[in-house]
Amino acid sequence: MYKILEKTQFSEKVFKFRIEAPQMAKHAHAGQFLMVRANETGERVPFTFADWNPEEGWVEFIFMVVGKTTKMLSGYEPGDSIEDVTGPLGQPTVMAPGTTCVIGGGVGLAIAYPVARTLVKTGHEVHAIMGARTKDLLLLEDQFRELLPDDHIHITTDDGSYGEKGVVTVPLERLLQAKAVDEVFCVGPVPMMKFSTLTAEKYNTPITASLNPIMVDGTGMCGCCRVEIDGETKFACVDGPDFDATKVDWNDLRARQAAYRTEEGQSLKAYEEAMCACHR
Amino acid sequence: MPQVNGRFAPDMKSPRTPDNEEQADERAHDFRPVDKGFTKEMALAEAERCMDCKKPLCVEGCPVNIKIPQFIEKIRAQDFGAALDVIHEDSMLPAICGRVCPQESQCEGRCIRGKKSEPVAIGQLERFLGDQPELASRPQMRPANGKKVAVIGSGPSGITCAGELARNGFDVTVFEAFFTGGGVLVYGIPEFRLPKAVVKREIDGLKELGVKFEFNSVMGNLANAEELLGEKGFDAIYVATGAGLPKFLNIPGENLPNVFFANEYLTRVNLMKANEFPKYDTPTKHAKQVVVFGGGNVAMDAVRTAKRLGAERAIIAYRRTEAEMPARRAELHHAKAEGVEVMPLVSPLEFIAGEDGSVCAVKVQKMELGAPDASGRRRPVPIEGAIEEIPCDVAISAIGTNANPFAKKIGGMDLNKWGYIVADENGRTSNPRIWAGGDIVTGAATVILAMGAGKTAAASITETLAAG
Repeated sequence: MYKILEKTQFSEKVFKFRIEAPQMAKHAHAGQFLMVRANETGERVPFTFADWNPEEGWVEFIFMVVGKTTKMLSGYEPGDSIEDVTGPLGQPTVMAPGTTCVIGGGVGLAIAYPVARTLVKTGHEVHAIMGARTKDLLLLEDQFRELLPDDHIHITTDDGSYGEKGVVTVPLERLLQAKAVDEVFCVGPVPMMKFSTLTAEKYNTPITASLNPIMVDGTGMCGCCRVEIDGETKFACVDGPDFDATKVDWNDLRARQAAYRTEEGQSLKAYEEAMCACHR
Repeated sequence: MPQVNGRFAPDMKSPRTPDNEEQADERAHDFRPVDKGFTKEMALAEAERCMDCKKPLCVEGCPVNIKIPQFIEKIRAQDFGAALDVIHEDSMLPAICGRVCPQESQCEGRCIRGKKSEPVAIGQLERFLGDQPELASRPQMRPANGKKVAVIGSGPSGITCAGELARNGFDVTVFEAFFTGGGVLVYGIPEFRLPKAVVKREIDGLKELGVKFEFNSVMGNLANAEELLGEKGFDAIYVATGAGLPKFLNIPGENLPNVFFANEYLTRVNLMKANEFPKYDTPTKHAKQVVVFGGGNVAMDAVRTAKRLGAERAIIAYRRTEAEMPARRAELHHAKAEGVEVMPLVSPLEFIAGEDGSVCAVKVQKMELGAPDASGRRRPVPIEGAIEEIPCDVAISAIGTNANPFAKKIGGMDLNKWGYIVADENGRTSNPRIWAGGDIVTGAATVILAMGAGKTAAASITETLAAG
């Protein structure tokens, strides 16, 4: 059992948990993830480390409510325990020295932040592009502002409710044109990563993406998370989740992400009906 | 009982006691154990068939050389506790090995009675005893010796080693990546072949011996050998992480939705109980037509699982013929009785996507048997132009596995170029404080061999640490 020490709510659907896990905190690196099984009938779901503290013995992850498991987790409170938390898993993010542009889209900002922080610590100059559909879904702005000078932070919202109106590729293209960055890291929804990649390719700038396929065991034993990289099959849980974004087969990733959409809907519906019955 | 010179003489014409099975048409729709095991009467009758050979070949056929005629003799005397004690001298997991060993190529394959008629049902007798663990004598425990051993992996090799070490007085901690113990016994082998309660009983038994279990512990990432042997204070490590990384077919369409590696398909059902979705949160696919590629036990488990999830047509497609299939004969027989179709001499060429983007068919190459290869088996060769398309809405690849990638991350010892750990016959690696055994040394093999390796390593660890 893994005790929840702190719960933070960022918006209607986005939450952060701080979990007691001393050994995991000691070995966590930016870009790695953990797997959660909420309770004994639960499924295993991957979440990237948002933060960790080896001295205090905790790790944090951020999640958005999208289905049954995340909905159920959002009801957990500090003092409650999560049945299983396994990690750290996957390879840490490694970027070449120089100036890096870190792009985070939506809940992907929770992954982009520890990467940006690690890059700053290892002497990189970092630009951050923070994208969200609307102002309320923009995560971790204060943390990014604490980490980076204001002119290195570029915010976009699809609806223009905050920052620049539009998508992340607009400021990215500006930075690449000005030759202000040597390498790009992106994490977020598939279309965002795909178009960031096309933009970076136009300027011959290397770009890494943190991929988010469905996972079951997270240790390379099942291959559910397989992705096609340059025509070769790789397991995101052990070979990634970071890959050269120009080599990723995005259609394949999207198709595999959608493989259980019907079942995911059924599961959420059954849970919500049970909850309603309970409150009656 | 017929007697010759005061000695037991079996009736040479007595047929083998048939397995005690559920009806195929009933069992093929649920996950109940197929084989209910021998009753006491059946065990006594079968024990009568053993000829009590002077030079028992069955013992040679057993990878850990269980004293088979001796335990069968105790069964005949109806001293079941003593019979179980005889087995426990060589094997700690009779309830498991009696169920999953390929006896036809081990003990029973060498039984002298098999030459003329049918061999003695050694596996069934072993299982009969293993299912009554309460009859065994309490294991002799040596006093605590103050030394700590870390066992990495809780599959058959890890738990056997842990049990032996605990009995020898060591303070043992087993680190397991999953949330529950048993390795392939819980995520791979289905309930209808090996009830999870049997595995749980073994794990609970180890806990009673004082073995500690740390679940959700992915060694290599959570801690490495250096840390375990350093600040964590372990005196030795036994690495038994297995070989669970699926092998690829390397053909087009392998990554289409609803094309599975058998490990994923089986893990979803066995470990995560996807057959009880949405009571359990993990979903699986209930397909109408399923094709499984492979001829081993994993392929059998996958195809029979597909049948139980409602498949109308479930096919085992194998590149050789039924005779060459490495699967346990009993499981092949069970699968066919349950309506599984065997399609010999085909090799997959390409998975084809349907309108929804998921797999809808697989293109296969028909094969014929050619000249024998290095293994002595006739090599399958393609028949030119003989290509067929088999419709399917789930396809499963069960063609084998590779080394667990975490062995490298645990570190501190030599691996070969395929990622397997290099270890000698006692399980010693290049590091004097690290031992290894089971599939991570040998490649995918059997439960009993993994168990034997755990036992051998435990003896070597005990001897080495006692010396200094």
